[in-house]
Amino acid sequence: MSRTKRLTTLAICVSLALVLSYLESLIPAVVPIPGIKLGLANIAVIFLLYRLGALPAVCVSALRVVLLALLFGSPVSMIYSAAGALFSFAVMLLLKRLTPLGTVGVSVAGGVCHNIAQIAVASVILGTNVILYYLPFLLLSGTLAGVGVGLASALLIKKVKL
Amino acid sequence: MRVADKKRRRLWDAVLISALLLLALVSVLVLVLTRDRGGVVEVIDDGVTVATYRLDRDGEYSLGDGTNILVIEDGAAFMKWASCPDGTCIGVGKIRYNGQSIVCLPNRICVIVKGGSTDVDAVIG
Repeated sequence: MSRTKRLTTLAICVSLALVLSYLESLIPAVVPIPGIKLGLANIAVIFLLYRLGALPAVCVSALRVVLLALLFGSPVSMIYSAAGALFSFAVMLLLKRLTPLGTVGVSVAGGVCHNIAQIAVASVILGTNVILYYLPFLLLSGTLAGVGVGLASALLIKKVKL
Repeated sequence: MRVADKKRRRLWDAVLISALLLLALVSVLVLVLTRDRGGVVEVIDDGVTVATYRLDRDGEYSLGDGTNILVIEDGAAFMKWASCPDGTCIGVGKIRYNGQSIVCLPNRICVIVKGGSTDVDAVIG
């Protein structure tokens, strides 16, 4: 793949991630923790992880975090979103390389880990762990959302011609 | 990737998803079935409990040097206004059960429902 093509592909993926993030921000929060969401932007990250490799995927993920915070969020939300994205990416990469999980399984694990990391960071920022009460609800929504994201990613991975 | 390999992956995916869903459903059911109405809300600002308000007394309170406004009405509490850019805390709506909370992350404020069930477990007669 030529450098230009790779550059434009990654740029499109970043835009995709941002638009997906914006779309899901329009859905009201189920749980009182800011940033807890479906993780639709991970569709772009997982697509890249399987098609172009770990490095492009992590770059797009990092860019998404920074740009999203600059466009729609605050410095606090960036730390918080970065923690979730980082932890979930590390887990997804490990699971992809070391376990016999498929795209959907990796995506579910990534989504759940993203939520867990966010609760953990939010607890530290707030100085209290009372919000752990919401972990079961996040586990439920995270798993279901992860399945959806995983299926969408799998479809793209299979069908998109680069 | 061979068909057998793909099937194996799908199987593992199914195992993981089923396990997670089971864990999630069981824990959610436990939380929902055992929930009871709270007696007070505790306001935690930057990790420090700064106020406790009774849920059976209606009122409007200013939190964290005016960055948030909490309203208590009909045994429930909700955030009426906040200075944060995202407004998630306002979107949450009313909380009234023990363990529920409203969080304003940018302002580092957490309002949680606690305690206060009646003293008796049952009344006979």
